[in-house]
Amino acid sequence: MMDDLWFSEYHTKNVRFSIRVNRQLHDEQSEYQHISVYESPDFGRFLTLDGALMLTQRDEFIYHEMIVHVPMAVNPGVRDVLVIGAGDGGVARELAKYAGIQSIDVVEIDAHVVDVCKAYLPDTASGFADKRVALHFEDGMRFVRHAQSQYDLIIVDSTDPSGPGEVLFTSEFYGSCLSALRDHGILVNQHESPFYPEDAKAMRGAHRRILSAFPLSRVYQAHIPTYPSGHWLFGFASKGLHPVRDLQAREWKALGIQTRYYNTNLHRGAFALPNYVEEQLKLDE
Amino acid sequence: MQQDQAPLYEALEAVRNARLVPLDVPGHKRGRGNKALTEFLGEQCLSVDVNSMKPLDNLCHPISVIKEAESLAAEAFGAAAAFFMVGGTTSAVQAMLLSTLKAGEKVILPRNVHQSVINSLVLCGAIPVYVSPQTDKRLGIALGMAVADIKDAIAENPSAKAILINNPTYYGVCSDVAQITKLAHAHGMRVLVDEAHGTHFYFGKAMPVTAMAAGADMAAVSLHKSGGSLTQSSMLLCGGNINADYVRQVINLTQTTSASYLLLASLDISRRNLAMNGIEIFEKVKRFAQYARDEINQIGDYYAFSSELINGDSVFDFDVTKLSVNTLDIGLAGIEVYDILRDQYDIQAEFGDLGNFLAYLSVGDKNKHIERLISALCDIRRRYKRERSGLMETEYLKPEVVTTPQKAFYAAKRSVRLESCAGGICGEFVMSYPPGIPILAPGERVTPALIEYIRYARQKGCMLTGPESMDVSRLNILEEGSYDG
Repeated sequence: MMDDLWFSEYHTKNVRFSIRVNRQLHDEQSEYQHISVYESPDFGRFLTLDGALMLTQRDEFIYHEMIVHVPMAVNPGVRDVLVIGAGDGGVARELAKYAGIQSIDVVEIDAHVVDVCKAYLPDTASGFADKRVALHFEDGMRFVRHAQSQYDLIIVDSTDPSGPGEVLFTSEFYGSCLSALRDHGILVNQHESPFYPEDAKAMRGAHRRILSAFPLSRVYQAHIPTYPSGHWLFGFASKGLHPVRDLQAREWKALGIQTRYYNTNLHRGAFALPNYVEEQLKLDE
Repeated sequence: MQQDQAPLYEALEAVRNARLVPLDVPGHKRGRGNKALTEFLGEQCLSVDVNSMKPLDNLCHPISVIKEAESLAAEAFGAAAAFFMVGGTTSAVQAMLLSTLKAGEKVILPRNVHQSVINSLVLCGAIPVYVSPQTDKRLGIALGMAVADIKDAIAENPSAKAILINNPTYYGVCSDVAQITKLAHAHGMRVLVDEAHGTHFYFGKAMPVTAMAAGADMAAVSLHKSGGSLTQSSMLLCGGNINADYVRQVINLTQTTSASYLLLASLDISRRNLAMNGIEIFEKVKRFAQYARDEINQIGDYYAFSSELINGDSVFDFDVTKLSVNTLDIGLAGIEVYDILRDQYDIQAEFGDLGNFLAYLSVGDKNKHIERLISALCDIRRRYKRERSGLMETEYLKPEVVTTPQKAFYAAKRSVRLESCAGGICGEFVMSYPPGIPILAPGERVTPALIEYIRYARQKGCMLTGPESMDVSRLNILEEGSYDG
């Protein structure tokens, strides 16, 4: 019989999501946030920032595959990638599967997140081992502001807009991303969730602000069991490439990349959204 | 008493803990009688919103804890006496002028004074002698007072009783206060300093000289700006040659007899914080401001100006904690950038004028918010940049004072359409807000150039206030013969 020890996250004031834990492996307050790692019977190890669950060993593949392979299948010719946030290394790990990619700049504001992930979550942190990955510990907004037409893809793997991720949900940030991208550039971002009102507000805000900068902006979805409501969204914005019409399915399949969640049929389906989500997004279009 | 103490704040805590039965005002009785207000402001706050009582002293006649708190403040600011003010820095400015000038006496002052200064002249009946401020043509801003201009004004008005200096200006421009004070004192004139934006000069490292250190007679300091106290709290400082007891009488002419202890305690706590941590606090603000300036100047077309403006006279020194940005090369007026920042980027700046906007930085700022401002400016340039042409060059319009503000304010007037006002004498204020510097003051002649300026400011979205006609489509013009010049 083990101790009755649970990690709980409030998905709303009245809804709580709990995972039984065996033990806490790490706990620290960095300059930016509270970082913890737990070990659990059903989800393996998991990382939390300011009490919000970021990733578990069990379901992180869904998030990381969906944030990387969707834009890569639209433009398999991507050479230079900028990743903002993503201190766990999961995005870099998926990107490293593409031989055609030449450079991966990962900009994480909090070096402690990377250290903790290297120590406790080697499955995702392995992404940092690739020679093409350059880690920059600085403010993502500042970094992207100084970049001009030098990336084919920007991936924004942020926390919620209430924490240090705030700046990554602003018009000024999306405007800077637009300038940092080349002509066929794509911006993909963590786009919150449509279900609970607070998350939905963040989702609508992000959509509205991306639209103010990018000519094309669509939203796609995935099922992520440990995120609030389990229904999670990503944003796909570009200077022209359409996420479904420009999908290069044959070319992508030819690359022979192994995935557990993503495939090109699912890619098309992921952009088909429930009515209530479409309606909320349309309010701001 | 030491600077690490806060006697007024400590007395308030003691009263809170004594749990007295409150059979006195205020009627909300520590908040219990007004649940909605308590819920909004918090029990902590309402429980110290109390009336003057023996353990808490009385602002109108301080003999215990307020007296101690004011003495500590005087010591911290290097003044002979300090008064806690609860009517904003406006009340401190009024007290300076009303305790120095009587009706018909002259005061030398720059035109770019705050509204409160000219309002004070309506109250006391003094005659303003305006010194044209030097202006920076490129930035379109008024600078400080040039020593030669002061010399001329003194020579032309040897009977003037005082010189008022606005130091620093909103933009951070400082005049040569020490030199001006020497000149004024040599001619038997007092020096009054509107130091609303200079609280931090008293506590930071390597800051421009303070009014008290320069030997000025009185200074009004807005602690609620860079000092961190609650809005509407302020201080009046007096030098050694001032009869502080007379000043208290003047203050009591217009001051409330129910001064808010929230405001008073905020002054006491802020003074302690500034005295204990001021150097560290303002070094941080300086770093923020310098970083922001460097980044903004790299964007291109914006000009975040600073100490390179120093010219030894009208810009004797510069307050580097200020972040003022000229926007004319973007093709936008400062007020337009100020509006875009709020409407499109959720960033509220301090103010915008025709050529510049000012972001107010303090110890409460976060790195990420500075980054947001810089990136927003970058994005505004990308989205809005256009040719500079079509933007009016602002110029200083020298006022023609025909009669005193007091006489004009009380004279018989008639309402006239703005276009037809040229040549008439204005009976009211026209302010462009922000930054709250008069375009017209009571008793001044309206000219075609002024009418054009008012139209332009209105078109650019400046808030014009003052006249009875809220949209400034009309002005009250003095009837002939209803005043004497």
